[in-house]
Amino acid sequence: MIRLENVFWTLPEGGDIIKDLNLTIPGGKLTVVTGPNGGGKTTLAKLIAGLVKPSAGRVRLDGQDITDLDVTQRARLGISFGFQTPVRFKGFTVRDLLETAAGRELDFDTLCDITGKVGLCTMDYVDREVDARLSGGEIKRVEIASVLARGTQVSIFDEPEAGIDMWSFRGLVDVFNGLKREKRTLIIISHQQRLIDIADEIVVLSGGQVRDQGRREDVLPGLLAGEIAGFCPVGRKEA
Amino acid sequence: MNIQELNPVARELLNTVEGYEGAFEGAYNIRQDSGCAGRRSTDNIRIESKPDGKPGLEIHVAAGTRDETVYIPAVVTHGDIRDVAYNDFYIGAGAQVKIVAGCGVHTSDESESRHDGIHRFYLSPGSDVMYEEKHVGTGEGQGIRRINPVTECWLEEDASLTMDTSQLGGVSFTERETHANLKARSRLIIRERLLTDGSQEATSVFHVVLEGEDAGCDLVSRSVAKGHSRQHFVSRIVGEARCHGHSACDAIVADEAVVTAAPRLDALSPDAALIHEAAIGKIAGEQILKLRTLGLSEEEAEARIVAGFLK
Repeated sequence: MIRLENVFWTLPEGGDIIKDLNLTIPGGKLTVVTGPNGGGKTTLAKLIAGLVKPSAGRVRLDGQDITDLDVTQRARLGISFGFQTPVRFKGFTVRDLLETAAGRELDFDTLCDITGKVGLCTMDYVDREVDARLSGGEIKRVEIASVLARGTQVSIFDEPEAGIDMWSFRGLVDVFNGLKREKRTLIIISHQQRLIDIADEIVVLSGGQVRDQGRREDVLPGLLAGEIAGFCPVGRKEA
Repeated sequence: MNIQELNPVARELLNTVEGYEGAFEGAYNIRQDSGCAGRRSTDNIRIESKPDGKPGLEIHVAAGTRDETVYIPAVVTHGDIRDVAYNDFYIGAGAQVKIVAGCGVHTSDESESRHDGIHRFYLSPGSDVMYEEKHVGTGEGQGIRRINPVTECWLEEDASLTMDTSQLGGVSFTERETHANLKARSRLIIRERLLTDGSQEATSVFHVVLEGEDAGCDLVSRSVAKGHSRQHFVSRIVGEARCHGHSACDAIVADEAVVTAAPRLDALSPDAALIHEAAIGKIAGEQILKLRTLGLSEEEAEARIVAGFLK
């Protein structure tokens, strides 16, 4: 379980992105965080993974205060983070990245298993460099694979659907369903209804605060109504 | 002389630069402190001392030779030595051969240990050479460890040469010069990897002339400069006919190090397609962050990124 208590995050140049946020994300479930652009979703993901530190407030993992732990320490505690825009490395192969993620050498079958889940053939990709020669969709899959290779209890994915073509979407949904069955804690930042549809929990973040949270079946109808009205506050009023 | 006369420092250097573990398969010549510490020719690869009395070797690879390797390491195992070797390689038509030319210089005192290797390659039509060159400097001494490799290559029609060079530590000064002349449909691939630290200095100069129709050159230098070290990359590709030339200089700088890159392209024919890419900068912060999300510390992440970059 992840808990954020009275968390603020302020831009260096001023302006609150997260404002007095109180949120509990249940363990062993798939929580989709959605909401309008600029609502603070990516910042929330980074606050949990330790990529940014709150200006105020506390972050807890299973009761342990992790606010002052850095990225590495949180990663070692079992939190993984999939970047919205994957990082490219010259000279680093897909195998290098996955073995770094796993913290050990991986045999061919294990590599096959991991890359297969994200729709990449190990034979074709394992020795390719994670550099500019990979397409946006390919590198996004490698990024997701690097999170899978860690096999941690908590995995955060920031817009995993970005760059994944619609023909491969089914595979992505299968990956998350598989992790759900393993009772992992999954946090997915997404606007995609096909991912929202498999959520146990939905958090709607807007203006740096939780606008709505609850079981999918409770939150989704309001979300769809909001979609019709748009996320414009004026639109909400009119709806 | 036989191979048993290697001193312990030489054995260590040979292990580093050539993976030597007591024996070489195939043809070899081991140069130790300007002398010969072992030589073997094979049916297809003949190694001889230079007939003109200059220090060095003539290596003749018979036409049609397939999948053979020749090792020609040179080691300088103590200071106060300036070793110079002129090695000429004559590769017969259609031969396919691998040449492994590691070099190690060691000094355990204040005196300089130096090796200047001048290698000339004459590739007959259709021949194919893989040339591996690994340089290292070792020893606790404050003396300078210097390696200055000069490589000259003449590629006849349809010949192919791949040069894979690496210098990943311990060498105080290096001035590398590589010249190549390519005839029709010949191919030159150069992969340079370089790591400097402390007050080390390394200069790499490449000059490639694409003389024949459809000749091609791909030159990629990857380097890391740390401490107060300095690196200078100079390349010039001249396209005299319809040809393809590509050069790339990728460098990571850290600490107070300095890297300069001066690429030059001369298109002397309207059909010459020449490209250069250069990127010099620190390790990207996002790369470190990504590896930290995988559980590595900042230092471990930097080391992993550098190791991958120079692999």
